[in-house]
Amino acid sequence: MKDLDFTPAVEVKSVVKIYGKRRVVNDVSFTVAQGEIFGLIGPNGAGKTTTIRMMMDIIKPDSGEINILGEHLNEAAKNGIGYLPEERGLYKKITVLHSLVYLASLKGIPAHRAQSRAEELLKRIDMLPHKNKKIEELSRGMGQLIQFLVTIIHDPRLVILDEPFAGLDPVNTELLKEIILELRSQGKAIILSTHRMNEVEVLCDRVLMIDVGRSVLYGKLTEIKTKYRNNSVFVEFDGELGELAGVVDIKDYGQYTELFLDGEATPQQVLKQLVSRGGSLNRFEVSTPSLNEIFIQVAAKKQ
Amino acid sequence: MNKTVLILKHEFLQTLKRKSFIIMTLAFPVLGLLGIGVFQIIQGVETPPAEAVSIGYVDEVGIFDGYREQYQVELTPFATAEEATDALLDDEVSEYFVIPPDYVTSGTIYRFTLERELKPPDKTITAIRDFLQSNLLEGQTTEEITNRVKFPLALYNTVLDESGQPTDEEGGPGTLILPYLFSILLLMAIFTSSGFVLQGLGEEKENRIMEILLSSVSARQLITGKVLGLGAAGLMQMVFWLLSARLLIELLPTGISEAIGTIEISPSFVILSLVYFLLGYLLFGVLMAGMGAIGATARESQQLSMVIILPAALPFYAIYFIIENPQHIISQILTLFPFSAPITVIMRMGISEIPAWQLALSMALLVAAIVGSLWLVAKVFRTFLLMYGKTPKLGEIIRLVRQA
Repeated sequence: MKDLDFTPAVEVKSVVKIYGKRRVVNDVSFTVAQGEIFGLIGPNGAGKTTTIRMMMDIIKPDSGEINILGEHLNEAAKNGIGYLPEERGLYKKITVLHSLVYLASLKGIPAHRAQSRAEELLKRIDMLPHKNKKIEELSRGMGQLIQFLVTIIHDPRLVILDEPFAGLDPVNTELLKEIILELRSQGKAIILSTHRMNEVEVLCDRVLMIDVGRSVLYGKLTEIKTKYRNNSVFVEFDGELGELAGVVDIKDYGQYTELFLDGEATPQQVLKQLVSRGGSLNRFEVSTPSLNEIFIQVAAKKQ
Repeated sequence: MNKTVLILKHEFLQTLKRKSFIIMTLAFPVLGLLGIGVFQIIQGVETPPAEAVSIGYVDEVGIFDGYREQYQVELTPFATAEEATDALLDDEVSEYFVIPPDYVTSGTIYRFTLERELKPPDKTITAIRDFLQSNLLEGQTTEEITNRVKFPLALYNTVLDESGQPTDEEGGPGTLILPYLFSILLLMAIFTSSGFVLQGLGEEKENRIMEILLSSVSARQLITGKVLGLGAAGLMQMVFWLLSARLLIELLPTGISEAIGTIEISPSFVILSLVYFLLGYLLFGVLMAGMGAIGATARESQQLSMVIILPAALPFYAIYFIIENPQHIISQILTLFPFSAPITVIMRMGISEIPAWQLALSMALLVAAIVGSLWLVAKVFRTFLLMYGKTPKLGEIIRLVRQA
């Protein structure tokens, strides 16, 4: 973190939104610290976009409280946020540069500064030669990248990205991930909302998983993974495994073996035993489930 | 810079670049010029130096043999209808008529011609009438009386004001043509501009840019900026039309200007036109913004907007009534009812004075209606804007308006 400002970027407290009789968001709370990437994950229709729209003051919550950068969202605070909505587009008849400058000016950036910043960003994604093209002349993927630039052109402290990778090819997806990590290193808070949970695993520091409007998992990604690990390890070992204390079952996959531990033993104890056997150990990996698998576990448990 | 002003500027400049806006703005003066041009061409074509026509007649009464030289018509007597028919077929006369023996009591004249025509040409009728009249009155009275019977009145009009003093107004079609033309222009200006509001919002909705905008500005800033920006463009259009109307009147060929009398665009007419354009536009612009928010696509919003266009066109259905009864209670109601006020006022202004209290009240009601609709539209704007893909049902709209 660059400065010593520990005000949370986002504070959401017991927020509820009801449409008709359906509780689309049901008592959801979380905080996002500055300089972290926060994953807002869950399947389609879980309430992610509704939660974000309430954060952006586009719709009002029925109850609960939301603070953005330490205060209730007001028009001035909107300038400090960059929001990439899930439903997004640009004026088709306007040039790339004009779009960037106009939308930046609505975020309070003077035109001349917006202009130089736009060119700088276009250069970063190798699209400077396209600056005078109309949006409708761009490919879909390029349009997506321009929308992303619109989101960050005013150097916001909080960046909210709703399904940012939708419609991007693998190359552009990597480019976007790179830029997101750069933003984090600049101390910005980033919220990534997606139903493709595995895609954000490598990026997120902490996650909130919601399902049918309810918060089902919340915390550090590493802690969650530890909590939901399968209690097994993958091993590639040249030599006889034999009896190992704390191991209740062994599954041989040919190339490698999965060892299932009893409730007591830790992977460290097993590793120690293997090392003491001599032989050569080519791989030792604590099996961690993907976010997808964790979600399926959690959703199944609730039913 | 203030965000509302930024949106205003953006919308204004984008509208000026729109092809449809440019075409519409230029269409009126260009069509006017064309009209004048065509009129002059037709006039040039239709008035070749007229040759005298020869018309035959058969007099079975026996008193019609004088005054055979009428204006551009020469009358030739024939003894029998057969002779006249032969002359007609030989192209010696262009037509002939028979005065039957009982003409003096019955007034019947039988006319024979080779042309199929809508009605007998005025020139022929006048010539025959004058010929009959002159021969009938021959020797019965003085020449002066004969002339008066032919031209019984030379009319001079003077319009008096309330104190009995003559005014400059001359009445006639000239006073009506301007309000009629301008009420159409006003309606067009109001609906092109507010149509742009509708279309613009529809496009923003279809392009999915709405949510990006709303993350930067409030719904009220967005509506206000949009409506004012497009209104400024519409106002420019209206001013351009007024100026070109002045120029066109200068260019009017004398034929037309004599026919319709003096056309004068008074300063108060210009000012009231602009004021009512602004108020009318603001009302419809804000309501169109609401329709743009409700409809799922630009096309659907357009269909919805018919609901508010119809009452605006109301005065046109009643135009003859308003022109004939400008002070009638119905004309007054249409003047005060905000939706029909702009057009009605412009129509009535050309015909008679509108009492100041009616103007003041109608403006006040319009302003109240604008404020009311802005309040209502801003309330439901966000909810509807983010409803993609479906248009809410009437019941849903009412419920959401109540909830908001």
